[in-house]
Amino acid sequence: MSDADERDSSDDSSSGAFGAAIERGEDVPLLTGDGEYTGDISLPGTTHLAIRRSDHAHARIESVDTSDAAAVDGVVAVFTGEDVVESGVPNTIPTAWDLPGLVQPQYRMLATDKVRHEGTAVAAVVAETAHAARDALELISIEYEPLEHVTDPVEAVERDVPPVHDEAEDNVAFDFELGDGDATDEAFADADRVASVDLRQPRIIPNAMEPRAALADWEETTGKLRLWMTSQNPHLHRMLLSAGTLGLPENEIQVIAPEVGGGFGSKIYHYPDEAVTAWCSMQLGRPVKWQATRSESYLTDCHGRDHVTTGEIALDDDGTIRGVRVETHAGLGAQLSQFGTATPSYLYATILSGQYAIPAIHCRVVGAFTNTTPVDAYRGAGRAEGIYVIERLVDVGARELGMDPAELRRRNLIQPDEFPFETAAALVYDSGEYERAMDAALEHVDYDELRERQDELREEDRYLGIGVANFVESAGLSPSGLAGDLGAQAGGWESSIVRFDSTGSVTVLAGTADQGQGHRTTYAQIAAEELGLSVDDVTVVEGDTDRIPQGMGTYGSRSASVGGGSIARGAREVREKARRIAAHQLEASVDDIEFDDGEFRVAGAPDRSLHIRTIAHEAYLGHDLPEGMDPGLEETNFYDPENFTYPFGTHVAVVEVEPETGEIEIERYVAVDDCGEIINPMIVEGQVHGGIAQGIGAALYEGAAYDDDGHLETRRMDEYAVPHSTQLPEFETDNTVTPSPHNPIGVKGVGESATIAATPTVVSAVVDALEPFDVDHLDMPITPESVWRATEADR
Amino acid sequence: MSEHDISVTVNGEQHELTVEPRTLLVTALREKLGYTGANVGCETGRCGACTVRENGETIKSCTRLAVQSDGSEIETVEGLADDGDLTTLQERFREHHGLQCGYCTPGMLVSADTFLRENEDPSREEIREAIEGNLCRCTGYQNIVDAVEATADQLGEQR
Ligand code: FES
Ligand code: FES
Repeated sequence: MSDADERDSSDDSSSGAFGAAIERGEDVPLLTGDGEYTGDISLPGTTHLAIRRSDHAHARIESVDTSDAAAVDGVVAVFTGEDVVESGVPNTIPTAWDLPGLVQPQYRMLATDKVRHEGTAVAAVVAETAHAARDALELISIEYEPLEHVTDPVEAVERDVPPVHDEAEDNVAFDFELGDGDATDEAFADADRVASVDLRQPRIIPNAMEPRAALADWEETTGKLRLWMTSQNPHLHRMLLSAGTLGLPENEIQVIAPEVGGGFGSKIYHYPDEAVTAWCSMQLGRPVKWQATRSESYLTDCHGRDHVTTGEIALDDDGTIRGVRVETHAGLGAQLSQFGTATPSYLYATILSGQYAIPAIHCRVVGAFTNTTPVDAYRGAGRAEGIYVIERLVDVGARELGMDPAELRRRNLIQPDEFPFETAAALVYDSGEYERAMDAALEHVDYDELRERQDELREEDRYLGIGVANFVESAGLSPSGLAGDLGAQAGGWESSIVRFDSTGSVTVLAGTADQGQGHRTTYAQIAAEELGLSVDDVTVVEGDTDRIPQGMGTYGSRSASVGGGSIARGAREVREKARRIAAHQLEASVDDIEFDDGEFRVAGAPDRSLHIRTIAHEAYLGHDLPEGMDPGLEETNFYDPENFTYPFGTHVAVVEVEPETGEIEIERYVAVDDCGEIINPMIVEGQVHGGIAQGIGAALYEGAAYDDDGHLETRRMDEYAVPHSTQLPEFETDNTVTPSPHNPIGVKGVGESATIAATPTVVSAVVDALEPFDVDHLDMPITPESVWRATEADR
Repeated sequence: MSEHDISVTVNGEQHELTVEPRTLLVTALREKLGYTGANVGCETGRCGACTVRENGETIKSCTRLAVQSDGSEIETVEGLADDGDLTTLQERFREHHGLQCGYCTPGMLVSADTFLRENEDPSREEIREAIEGNLCRCTGYQNIVDAVEATADQLGEQR
């Protein structure tokens, strides 16, 4: 049965839980200080791990002397990369996405031969106290032979530098192409006009407020490893620890993600640190705890973005977009992180059509090794970079034509009756009413009047800017078969168990893993709706591989659509089994049993009814079930979606820029999002708020920088501008609802949308304000200084 | 390393403990006394996740040595609510979805609670300024501001 058929079959449940702004069940412990994060947990006899990291960007390790460190009071052991090699574990951090011609260098838990970026893990100290471990760290003496380094993805492949990895002499990890080059060349040759933009998307550091942490407990007698860690996907971590670093069978590893204090991508990946924590516990037979400092987070959490791009757009005079051509150098950092290869290739190039019907698209991406922290998916991964490029191109195209940028957008929108729509960038969009969302956003700000006000203010040397950005994103990476064809080393399915107990309460075990998104509430809403119960009857369990057998985790806005889809399907299976029991006990045919508000009734005989809770009890008694039916009332579901879902929307920002000082003030920020059906409007709005904050952060404040020695300059919170409360405006949000036919509950996902949208919106607004100064583009983060410099000549 | 015996009162309960001179207050609270509500996000006084109240003033407990707090009265997020009931501020945080991952929340609540004692009828700008030293990466702050504003309104009505 296709997903679309399933959507239609969801007929008769009606608890009203789905769609309600229900307060979050998870909040109470978080508000009282009772929420348990990894760092809050200790076991008797816990030792503390500190990791010695390279302070060189690129160097050969000559020797590592640990004797002084080992002599420090309280130190239990000091380990080097050689010790890990000698222990015989597989010791490989694998990439999870292969590409044609990909160079995949060795990525070890602790470096043995070379360090390739500042922050590379080189040695590990385990001590009785965290203080002692940190003291001893300083006493490890490492001799390095420094090597020339490179931090820029273009220089890495174009300048003659020592390669980051010998296997890739030119520092090219992959050279990826998507789209039709010939057709695009023709479109450009035929078009009336061509506009182009050179742009950079700097590195973003995720900055989840909780730094990464791990607590490992190896039980010698049972041969079992328990690992609490800050994880967005405990099952993936279990798999990678098993097959990649430690070599234990999966069933001897338990990964537990308790409360997780934000992730935004950074807690998806398998890093050396958590594996080393586990390995140390296995060596010592004692619990080992590791807690990153914020500086360690800056140096080691995978960074996002790092693109250098030339984009071109071909247009006709009437505003028809004929083609788009993009060439990007993507920095991958010093090692291939799990999705480090997928993000700048398939997740990026495929979204370059945006909301527009563009007949010809060609994109080339050169993935470059550099002597920097590995780059991987950060909120909006790939889609954010792609939408930024297409939206900047539409803006420069509009300028080239002298056309209003909103008008140019409107003329090229894919129309509602054109779905499913196959783009020239290899995606099939599911459903959309792009113009409706765009109209709603423009009406909110009274766009035409704003343009008039902009003209008036310019007369007074005041510079108002209006930025409009349309976005579409591919959410819920799937289906597994397609992902596999494209190089994924894991599936795109999700798994859940929906289980009634004999008292009639429901437990949902979900393979995704929350980091603040409110799964425990939204999943309860989905199950309650399908089963005709109240959310209080449903308990959701996540984040423990021993309790939940299988899962893939939370990233890529997949939880509501793939995780939620699985729960809905599981709940429907449970409901159907209950219906058969009801039919049997009410002595009616299954087809005559109606279900409403938790009650099974015989059609036409409303007093003959049984509540689903009663049936749950009967199912566990097992005394009187239909012939051949097994007792119990629970289902395990594996849901592999037939396709991605495609959330979309339009965001508008109104800014005022003061060229003399470079100051930028966001006057209004309007977001109209369409994430399909809405499970909980309060939570959706919260996701949009947080997403806008991160998008504005990227546009105006954030960006990692390396100095000439390859050292990360932004390594403390006072050097990297995480936006604070006075730097963000009030957000005005609204939704349209276009259900996804690719999903059993019509949802599309919303976690990343607003980050994808906000960045081009704000950049566009600032650039629009500076049109009188002939500014066509400014790179992020747009600071007062960059505004001041851009307008200097004209002042 | 030499150690010091100190005495602190936390949420009304007195504790005697022995610390190294370099032990941070937040470490002492979390690891020696088990008050794990205050979180560590930066260790440099920037993020505010570790905010607690000392003798009535908010402090970032990662910038204070435990020995400096000898003899002090400390209040942490665990001490805000009586007998398991949420305070008005906590209720409003929940109602207005002023938290997502919750990691900044203990510090945010202590800052906002202290602020509302000093300013009973704040503007939204004043609220934003009051929580400027508490970073939240999840919420974009607006719902937090809503929660604090709603608390002020409700407490105002009750007065
Ligand atoms: S941990 Fe104290 S301010 Fe960040
Ligand atoms: S709720 Fe996650 S940091 Fe504030």
